[in-house]
Amino acid sequence: MPVPIEYYLVLSAFMFITGVAGVLTRRNAIVVFMSVELMLNSANLTLVTFSSYLGNPIGQLFVFFVMTVAAAEAAVGLAIIIALFRNKLTMNIDEINILKW
Amino acid sequence: MTQYIYLTVLLPFLGFLVNGIFGSRIKNEKVIGIIGSGTIGLSFLIAAGAFIQTLGMPVDDRKTFVTLFNWIKVGGLNVNIAYQVDQLSLVMALIVTGVGFIIHVYSIGYMHGDKSFWRFFSYLNLFIFAMMNLILGDNFVLLFLGWEGVGLCSYLLIGFWYDRKFEKSTTADAAKKAFIVNRIGDFGFLLGMFLIFMTFGSLNFNEVFARAASFNVPVSVFNFIALFLFIGATGKSAQIPLYIWLPDAMAGPTPVSALIHAATMVTAGVYMVARCSIIFASAPSIMILIAIIGALTALFAASIGLVQNDIKKVLAYSTVSQLGYMFLALGVGAFTAGIFHVMTHAFFKALLFLGAGSVIHSMHDEQDIQHYGGLKKYMPRTAMTFLIAALAISGIPPLSGFFSKDDILWYAFANGSFLLWLIGAVTALLTAFYMFRLYFLTFEGKERFGHDKHPHESPGLMTIPLMVLAVLSAVGGFIGIPALFSGEGGNRFENWLEPVFKSANFKTAGYGIYSSFDEIALMLVTVIGAGLAIYFARYVYLRNPQFAVNTSKRFKGLYNLLLNKYFVDEFYDAAVVNPILKTSDNFLWRIADVKIIDGVVNGTASLIELISGRIRKMQTGVTQVYAVVMMLGIVIALFWVILSL
Amino acid sequence: MRETRDSSVAALPTQNRIIMSIELILFIIFGLVAAVSGILMITRANPVMSALFLIVNFGSLAGLYILLNAQFIAVAEVIVYAGAIMVLFLFVIMLLRPEHEKLAFKIPGIKAFSIVIAFLVFFQLAYVIFFAHPGLSLKPDVAASIKAGTVETIGRELFTNYVLPFEAAGYLLLAATIGAVVLAKKKFD
Repeated sequence: MPVPIEYYLVLSAFMFITGVAGVLTRRNAIVVFMSVELMLNSANLTLVTFSSYLGNPIGQLFVFFVMTVAAAEAAVGLAIIIALFRNKLTMNIDEINILKW
Repeated sequence: MTQYIYLTVLLPFLGFLVNGIFGSRIKNEKVIGIIGSGTIGLSFLIAAGAFIQTLGMPVDDRKTFVTLFNWIKVGGLNVNIAYQVDQLSLVMALIVTGVGFIIHVYSIGYMHGDKSFWRFFSYLNLFIFAMMNLILGDNFVLLFLGWEGVGLCSYLLIGFWYDRKFEKSTTADAAKKAFIVNRIGDFGFLLGMFLIFMTFGSLNFNEVFARAASFNVPVSVFNFIALFLFIGATGKSAQIPLYIWLPDAMAGPTPVSALIHAATMVTAGVYMVARCSIIFASAPSIMILIAIIGALTALFAASIGLVQNDIKKVLAYSTVSQLGYMFLALGVGAFTAGIFHVMTHAFFKALLFLGAGSVIHSMHDEQDIQHYGGLKKYMPRTAMTFLIAALAISGIPPLSGFFSKDDILWYAFANGSFLLWLIGAVTALLTAFYMFRLYFLTFEGKERFGHDKHPHESPGLMTIPLMVLAVLSAVGGFIGIPALFSGEGGNRFENWLEPVFKSANFKTAGYGIYSSFDEIALMLVTVIGAGLAIYFARYVYLRNPQFAVNTSKRFKGLYNLLLNKYFVDEFYDAAVVNPILKTSDNFLWRIADVKIIDGVVNGTASLIELISGRIRKMQTGVTQVYAVVMMLGIVIALFWVILSL
Repeated sequence: MRETRDSSVAALPTQNRIIMSIELILFIIFGLVAAVSGILMITRANPVMSALFLIVNFGSLAGLYILLNAQFIAVAEVIVYAGAIMVLFLFVIMLLRPEHEKLAFKIPGIKAFSIVIAFLVFFQLAYVIFFAHPGLSLKPDVAASIKAGTVETIGRELFTNYVLPFEAAGYLLLAATIGAVVLAKKKFD
């Protein structure tokens, strides 16, 4: 019996939640980024799942682009972290609170 | 010439503008005086021309209307700037411009050397402008405009010497008192106007009066309208209970007292009642009220004038008293007699005030008659004219005052009651007495002033107006010789004004017919009484001054009461003014304004501050907190999705 | 990739054998690995450990993709994600030497609150998935899905119908490259 689609979707949801919890909880900026990558991957999983179960390659095409964008975003985001680190010498994002009231 | 009647209004306004704007730069007093008096003189000529032209018109058609433009057109209210030339307004116009011109000329001499000479003339011209609007307007709104305008000019002119002290306070206080008391009357007048508009749907005289005569309006409405209008008249024309401002108005320069508070402004109330005669005639109970108040005011003021020691105060109370006579006449339905007395009173009262001004001027601003005496020697012309005026006001024939006062007393007896006549007659005796007390103490007898005063006759600019007015006071009454004496023509003055009061007289017709014997008898009684009063005054103040002192000592309480004007001002202060001040201070200011209004405004601000202080703590600047909030939003959105499944 | 030890399942007697295909077993293996490594990733104090667990996660995801017949994506996942992006991450970690994080949060209560919210969202999603039946009308067609996952199919779609987004993605990468270089380079004094 093939795997019911709900299992994949629940797994994807679980990974997403894990990523969200990581984003909200961790203080280290790099770990936050990695959590964001986790979230993106969960979305990829959902897309591929549906593409497979529908027999339509468009879902996987979309995953292709998501990966591209994730790569670009990771590069630029890490560059920003490096620049920030040079100025503030900290990687804890709750110390970067200039927009505080 | 009647077509140009609006010029009589416009010219004084131009004079006001020119003197007001350029006056301070024109250093020459003569020029200012000529501009100021010239405009009034021209107005008088135009009014005279209109008068002659109207004389040539048929008796029943003597009304001319000159409409300038449409002023207000809102809903049912349609008000034009329009002037009507009829018999009544012509009489008033001639009085105002004529006596006004004389007083303007006098002021050139009196105000000589004053540092605000130009301001005085511009205010005087503004006053004439307002007064002309009042008497020439053809609707209530224009009348009210003039009404308020003369009140304003009264304030400006009473407080003309704004840096001077006056009795217990300042001239500014006296001016304020005049304005405020007038305002109270004006409130009544406004209410009357509103009622008129509500009842008759218009504020134009002709429309209102035509409808008043023909509509079926209940008497109570007329009573209220008449009552409110009369309240306005008591304010403007200084009757009980709103007369208190007039004695204090003597703080202003004497020409002001002469023009405004003797000849013109105070007669505005009389004019208004006469103009609205049909309304008052339809409210008989209010007419009775008017007559009673007029009579009482006359007696009341005369009694106060008996013991006053300031020359202008005596004349002020005399004015109040004579105004009471005019209202007595109006109240018993003798409208023409009231207007006749307005005219003669303008002559002799202006003369009295100007003469007093002449005395004050030469005695260097000394106004206490106890420090006068024997001035006839130094100021013969002033003394002579003053004597003529005193005789006129006392009702000695054949001077003008005799005819007008007698007219009033006769109608008080015939149309009113014996009691009204009696009050009027007693007041006439008192008038003669205090007038001649004033004359004897000022111009005759021993000199009671110090050697630092050098009384001298006033310059020609001041004495010539006096003489003109003296002539008018002497012969002005012949125009109103009662039917008794003048034969077939009847009372010329009465005939002239008759058509104006036709509809009113129609309503008040039906009074008893008395024989001419009664008329002559009453006339004799008053004349002889006046003569006796004069003789008595002469005895007391000339021959036996000690008599006055003894009497005042014997009736000390009464004397004190009269000297302090029956303590009316003090009573008003305690009963009305102070409670209002206290309420305003303690309640309205401290509580309503500071606590409530400021509290609400400040409270709103501090409430916002409080709330925003709490809310802005949400901006922590830490990105993850914002992400948490976003997740919260996602939770809510998912809940919604679940609910809609 | 760690091997799990459920070969015991295949040893069950045939009559009482739970209807379980190899796909399901593999799914359970890969799925557990992915889930556990995800959780471990976010709870490590040492960022290098977090990175390594993420790589494990990506690997298991690649396995899942192969289970779904998405061959190209699986390989791309390993090459791009696990091979390039995580290497980038590790380089940055090495460069910046972040210290081990103390797990206290400056704003107390936010941590617990966010975990609660995360759980809440998970349950909501699970509820929606199971009770809204998004896949109700789907009949898994294995042949079609195999065909859909080949490099050939994806390539054809990419270069014919979707060539414009493809070129745009190229520009995006160019921009990102330039941006990263500009942002991270040292200023010339």
